[in-house]
Amino acid sequence: MTKNPAPFDFAMHLIAIEASGICASLGNAEVLHGISLALPRARWTSIVGPNGAGKSTLLKVLAGLLAHSGQVRLLGQPMEQMRGRERARQLSWLGQNESAADDLTVYDVAMLGRLPHQAWLAPASSADHAAVERALRATQAWDWRGRPLGQLSGGERQRVLLARALAVEAEVLLMDEPLANLDPPHQTDWLLTVRALVAAGRTVVSVLHEISLALQADELVVMAQGRVTHQGGCFDAATHRALEAVFDQRIAVHPLAGQWLAVPRL
Amino acid sequence: MNPLASVQQRKAGWLAAGLWLASGGLLLLGASVGSTGLDSVLDLRRDPQAWLIVSEIRLPRTLGAWLAGALLGLAGAVAQGLFRNPLADPYLLGSASGASLGVALAMALLGISPLATNWLARIGLSGAAFVGAVLAVLLTLLLAKGVQHTLRLLLAGVVVGVVLGAVTSLVLLLQPEIMQSMQSFMLGTTGFVGWSACAVMAAVLAAAMAAAWMMGHALDALALGESTAHSLGLPLAQMRAALVAVLALATGTAVAQTGLIAFVGLAAPHLVRSVVKTTHGRLIGLASLMGAVLLGSADILARALVAPQELPVGVLTAVLGGSYLLWLMHRRTGRTGGP
Repeated sequence: MTKNPAPFDFAMHLIAIEASGICASLGNAEVLHGISLALPRARWTSIVGPNGAGKSTLLKVLAGLLAHSGQVRLLGQPMEQMRGRERARQLSWLGQNESAADDLTVYDVAMLGRLPHQAWLAPASSADHAAVERALRATQAWDWRGRPLGQLSGGERQRVLLARALAVEAEVLLMDEPLANLDPPHQTDWLLTVRALVAAGRTVVSVLHEISLALQADELVVMAQGRVTHQGGCFDAATHRALEAVFDQRIAVHPLAGQWLAVPRL
Repeated sequence: MNPLASVQQRKAGWLAAGLWLASGGLLLLGASVGSTGLDSVLDLRRDPQAWLIVSEIRLPRTLGAWLAGALLGLAGAVAQGLFRNPLADPYLLGSASGASLGVALAMALLGISPLATNWLARIGLSGAAFVGAVLAVLLTLLLAKGVQHTLRLLLAGVVVGVVLGAVTSLVLLLQPEIMQSMQSFMLGTTGFVGWSACAVMAAVLAAAMAAAWMMGHALDALALGESTAHSLGLPLAQMRAALVAVLALATGTAVAQTGLIAFVGLAAPHLVRSVVKTTHGRLIGLASLMGAVLLGSADILARALVAPQELPVGVLTAVLGGSYLLWLMHRRTGRTGGP
């Protein structure tokens, strides 16, 4: 896993996902009120905000999983014009609290991530097996590849689901609370994996409730009550002020050992 | 390529081999067991009259029980995958109550007796059961406004089941003389299955198996949740419609030939899963084999237990399947210490 900074190329200055005028509802309540934002390519963007700000809903809209008004463009292409498989090859999505699949083995679950690349009914190719092995090794889940998901702990299971999302090897990766149930060493592993992906030119978008981890990203999107209140670099003072404001000044952002930390303001 | 994952594959292979072996044994045993006890098939060959009983009654009914069980096992695995609910069974979408109503109406209005040996009457009753089952599923789909919302589909299935059940009771009240024959249909019986019924069930089983196997990946992806399956680019709407069609067709065919046999569709996939954890493509095939072996053994037991009388096979499957599921549940809660 390399930790080199992203090499300078033109893709860096392009936009991975562009959304304009997004309104979306859950049930009868409108959750997103006209969101427009552009997420840079080959960058890691974190979406943060208080509970009920609409972070997960926005991520679902960006993944093309939720009915909405307004337009989403994925890598320059209007999403509604893309075929399902084509979109699935370019965009991988990891959800929060999705159902369990207790009766599938770890390997079978990760292999599902290769579905967008396989012709219907075609058996898995050696490239598929290689991608699954890479993904399972990246999340340290390779050793229990033969075990059913039902026999794993919450954190182990999350690592398998993460491997499933990685196995797609898509250009853009959207993850909703990917660190749920992960212990600190595996949170660090996840950070390193994301940095390696970004260094290789991939785009990562994550919803994180742990602000200090979110501050490790390149860019931060701050949301409140269905609107984007701020978007900026994680090292910008303006971003830190917006962060403190959206959490009612109950947290403070401080530097420590070259990193930014959010601590409770007591 | 993947030595650890193949442990489950090997287990699946052994289970399949065991079930095929059991199926062969059941077919042989089924041909030998009669109201007079056990005779060797080889002896029976020498007596033309006895051989007629074997080839025209015992063999088709044994094979018929096997095929009906296979259809129910397949439908059970599809239902549990589609609704992501381990308690789902093939009768979920109202097919059972629809078939009962079809049979009750055929008996009450057309005066067909279920004991008629006339094959035209038999086909009439099977047809009525099949049409009733399929119409009930269509009614469920209409009430649920399509197949996209599984919860709405489940609720609509329950409503259709209750309402059609009430109508069936009304028909029975108006025509009390068909009460007893209805009872035997409701309990499920393999006694009337002939070669033509076997052919119908085999054809439907082949088609349903091919269709279900092709949609195994969709069921696997659905196990990870609706949104994940959608994000993988699967045409969920079409696949779900096709799976509901497989479910309705397989259940309708089995019910039409053998009546309402309890628990086989529910228990078969559980039995398979307690042995091997595998993808839906394999699970569907194994659950089908398991259902076939279950109903095949129940059919032989039903004939042998109180010979020369015969038990309704549905009673046996309910008692055996129910107690096995209870034991499985108890063992599982005992091991994890939770509910």
